[in-house]
Amino acid sequence: MTVTMAGALNRALADALADDPSVLVFGEDVGALGGVFRVTDGLADRFGETRVFDTPLAESGIVGTAIGMAMNGLRPVVEMQFDAFAYPAFEQITSHLAKLRNRTGGKVSLPVVIRVPYGGGIGGVEHHSDSSEAYYTHTPGLTVVTPGTPDDAYRLLRDSIASPDPVIFLEPKRRYWAKGELSGPAVPMDRALVRKTGSDVTLIAYGPMVATALETADAAVEEGWDVEVVDLRTLTPFDDETVCASVRKTGRAVVVHEASGFGGYGAEVVARVTERCFHHLHAPVLRVTGFDIPYPPPKLEEHHLPNVDRILDAVARLQWDDEVVEAYGA
Amino acid sequence: MVHTRERSLLPTAEPLSLLNKDGSPVADPPLAMPDDGVLLELHRRMVIGRRFDTQATALTKQGRLAVYPSSRGQEACQVGAVLALGAHDWLFPTYRDSVALVTRGVDPAGTLTLLQGGWHLGYDPYEHRVGPQCTPLATNTLHAVGFAHAARLKGEDTAALVMLGDGATSEGDTHEALNFAGVWQAPVVFLVQNNGYAISVPLSKQNAAPSLAHKGIGYGVPSVLVDGNDAAAVYAVVREALESGGPTLIEARTYRIEAHTNADDATRYRTSDEVAAWLDRDPVDRVESYLTSRGLLDATRKAAVAAEAEEFAAAVRARLNTDQEHDPASMFEHVYATPTRQLREQAAALAGETA
Ligand SMILES: Cc1ncc(C[n+]2csc(CCOP(=O)(O)OP(=O)(O)O)c2C)c(N)n1
Ligand SMILES: [Mg+2]
Repeated sequence: MTVTMAGALNRALADALADDPSVLVFGEDVGALGGVFRVTDGLADRFGETRVFDTPLAESGIVGTAIGMAMNGLRPVVEMQFDAFAYPAFEQITSHLAKLRNRTGGKVSLPVVIRVPYGGGIGGVEHHSDSSEAYYTHTPGLTVVTPGTPDDAYRLLRDSIASPDPVIFLEPKRRYWAKGELSGPAVPMDRALVRKTGSDVTLIAYGPMVATALETADAAVEEGWDVEVVDLRTLTPFDDETVCASVRKTGRAVVVHEASGFGGYGAEVVARVTERCFHHLHAPVLRVTGFDIPYPPPKLEEHHLPNVDRILDAVARLQWDDEVVEAYGA
Repeated sequence: MVHTRERSLLPTAEPLSLLNKDGSPVADPPLAMPDDGVLLELHRRMVIGRRFDTQATALTKQGRLAVYPSSRGQEACQVGAVLALGAHDWLFPTYRDSVALVTRGVDPAGTLTLLQGGWHLGYDPYEHRVGPQCTPLATNTLHAVGFAHAARLKGEDTAALVMLGDGATSEGDTHEALNFAGVWQAPVVFLVQNNGYAISVPLSKQNAAPSLAHKGIGYGVPSVLVDGNDAAAVYAVVREALESGGPTLIEARTYRIEAHTNADDATRYRTSDEVAAWLDRDPVDRVESYLTSRGLLDATRKAAVAAEAEEFAAAVRARLNTDQEHDPASMFEHVYATPTRQLREQAAALAGETA
């Protein structure tokens, strides 16, 4: 069946609501409107106002009350309207959602999913295009997930709702309307996935950049490079095994994300890969990221966002002519 | 006599009370006086609570606790509110509310675990229906609202009572919580212990409204102003609020006799005259005088309660004076439901260091 990513997410929510009476969906405009991206379209009608409802407009309130509800045995799935509008909830997320299991020695479980449409590329004006993943991945106790395809959006959201741990579910809003089959491989939530195999270089991507990385792999054929693409899917906990197996095989890697590079999630990926695969590397692991600037206005965002050319340029810089490496191998 | 006060969005101009500061009953009481049995229990629990508090302060001076925020002077709030709670109700306390916890039946050593520093929490919240002691100010208000709303959705007859301070009423979460509670008509009681200070900052720099209880009207939440040193009145208003089935904001006017914590120097921001005036309004003395004048509390019973309090404190002392082992491996537990590979590796590395 062919669906958009938004449609796949809608289906996942509907199936979870139908399967488990403790699942609730709430947030801003998620009821009658179906969410500003229509991800909750029709759910309030089908499941009623006690299961799917609009809340007062207050993000800390949404997450804080979700914590209380989860303590009382429910499984809230809440929506933040946009990435930057989740910041008012940051204290509840970092000080409580992430820590309560540990604080209570496992007595309190918080199966809360916070859905956050994130990233740029939709011509959004200021505050509508942030890639905020690193704020969450830096917080132990959170699981941070971001799908790259409609099929994975369905599967990962179902898995996130079933998870006993709190999940920050980052939805790449520029891919909401991308279509795909609901029939991909059944991969456990915490595993990365090789989306395309190749022998020369590994592109490590997630969320909105998975499609860009796959396009790059196609374009690279003309340049004579056989590119492998790894889709991280779950950013934390990190799947070192899948990523390192790929990099050890290819000996070269580029990490791609929309977020600013400095102190970004990609820095962690580069560090982990370097620490674990150093002797297999023919070149430093490079990053292609957004610049270290506040997210630019829509008329300029194309210059900020990583694209195929920029990724190909990075691949070209991976010391392909290094005689020493050629001679002695890695 | 049954009093049915109409629930009003605005509080009374003067705090509601049942007992004057000398322990005499107020003329024309605005609330129903609790039963004698309740009053005796309020007294007993306040005496034990105060002794526990003094013991905890002493243990801090001896280095057994990392820090202790005393609630001396606030016993009427802590005990009155907790005794008003039903067995199915939930309490969402702060760092200040150790006396409330032990009154609820939480193990006293477990109550002090956070402050002793061995772990962040020393009890199972589900055992006595007490949320974790909350340090980030006002964040627990939203947990209480969510919990109470969930109970409503599940068809359970459970209310939640959240404790917060005067300073915490300035935090955004308090306002979001009052608003959510009003919109959802959640069965939740906000008990503001207005002890006059947020560490050093006096109420005058915190609030411009006629009272903290006045804030309820902005959210459609009925509000009550009560004398926070009158345990009978606190008990009565919390009971009323719990039975209403909807949200209530209660401001209890009280005073923190000790410094903010043992690490604070209160002489930098308040006078001893001010403290003396509040010592004169002591909440324990007040109930004691009333019960004595009614002939309900004689010397024998007073001595028995005092002895019980001593025993309670001695047990706490013994528990806290025992050196405890703190297993470093525990840091890695319960970060996620299933330990991640990375955490297992880090735990093993630390175990190697400490072996
Ligand atoms: C969000 C937040 N900001 C600051 C602090 C530091 N802090 C701890 S207690 C306190 C004062 C709180 O005053 P109040 O709410 O009146 O409660 P009280 O301590 O008087 O019981 C402050 C500023 C904190 N714990 N949380
Ligand atoms: Mg205070």
